[in-house]
Amino acid sequence: MTPSQTIGPFFTHALPYPEGPLVVPLSQPHSFWVRGKVFDGVNAPVPDALIESWQVTDEFSGFGRCPTDEEGNWALHTVKAPYLVLSVFARGLLNRVVTRIYFPDQEQLNATDPVLATLDDTARATLLARAADDGYTFDIHLQGEHETTFFAL
Amino acid sequence: MTVHPPLLWPAYKSTLLRAPSKAPVPLQLSVSELTGPTFSDRPVEAHESDLTRQGAIGERLIVHGVLRDDTGRPIPHSVIEVWQTNAAGRYANRADQHPAPLDPNFTGVGRCVTDAQGHYRFQTIRPGAYPWRNHDNAWRPAHIHFSLFGRAFTQRLITQMYFPGDPLFDQDPVLNSVRDPAARQRLISAFDLSATEPEWALAYRFDIVLGGQSATPMEP
Ligand SMILES: [Fe+2]
Repeated sequence: MTPSQTIGPFFTHALPYPEGPLVVPLSQPHSFWVRGKVFDGVNAPVPDALIESWQVTDEFSGFGRCPTDEEGNWALHTVKAPYLVLSVFARGLLNRVVTRIYFPDQEQLNATDPVLATLDDTARATLLARAADDGYTFDIHLQGEHETTFFAL
Repeated sequence: MTVHPPLLWPAYKSTLLRAPSKAPVPLQLSVSELTGPTFSDRPVEAHESDLTRQGAIGERLIVHGVLRDDTGRPIPHSVIEVWQTNAAGRYANRADQHPAPLDPNFTGVGRCVTDAQGHYRFQTIRPGAYPWRNHDNAWRPAHIHFSLFGRAFTQRLITQMYFPGDPLFDQDPVLNSVRDPAARQRLISAFDLSATEPEWALAYRFDIVLGGQSATPMEP
């Protein structure tokens, strides 16, 4: 296998593209934004991360990509799925980290989800987005007290 | 045993506050991890594999190889993204403040798609080494960043390709974060006389192997 190496600090002219954050077009019915920030181990925003999402249902599959800005903010415009799978790349990450975003209003799906079922309450809570004005909020803590639950593939 | 670097690697200072402190949780894979994007809505144009098309200054190179999964099967029709510095060691990126000249005719960004046999090929110029502030007098060996998708989310990989014999290898904590010497060697391309273009360009070969399962059935 070929080993991973960091994405480094200088990818913003290379990987992001204008439609990257739009998993679905702005005009798509039932679409919404998932917005979040990426934080490091001392709760400082991470201004040079790249977020990628992938989601699959019988009706739709879609990819999203968004770099973080100077304040660590990212956003993806999408539609519901049981969950989104997420990769986070950044300077200082020698390999990507992988997580999932679940939606708090899909209680039944979440209650029967086999992955959520294996997690304790603290770990599970880090994977639940919070409702917001135009969609949801999902912050990512790479390290520390509020560390997001990351998965090994 | 994974070939990938540990996330916490103190010699690379930026890992100290960014590496998760908890071990990752083993995941029962679902269709969401076993499939991945195909970029049919964002087709790759043939010219995107030629990073020299605007007349870049530097030593012209062919960089090519085969993309495979860890069973040895080629991965056809898969998007590869690359980015690199110009010949002077500077990225065409506003954030790069290294006082080396910019080349107005080189963005250092390219894409291509593997062919039916999993082969890819870029035309570019040799990138330069550049300083960074990780430690006293730190320099990154010349490298090309590679972004691979394979067939599935599980196979997604971002890595760096190096050039054989670079005297900066020993002091580079990024390359040396790969602990297995054989795996580290696989990040170093090979000079490939057979792929050079006489009177035109030298060539380097960089084969890539992606781990991780996928749901895509085997092609005949
Ligand atoms: Fe680099």
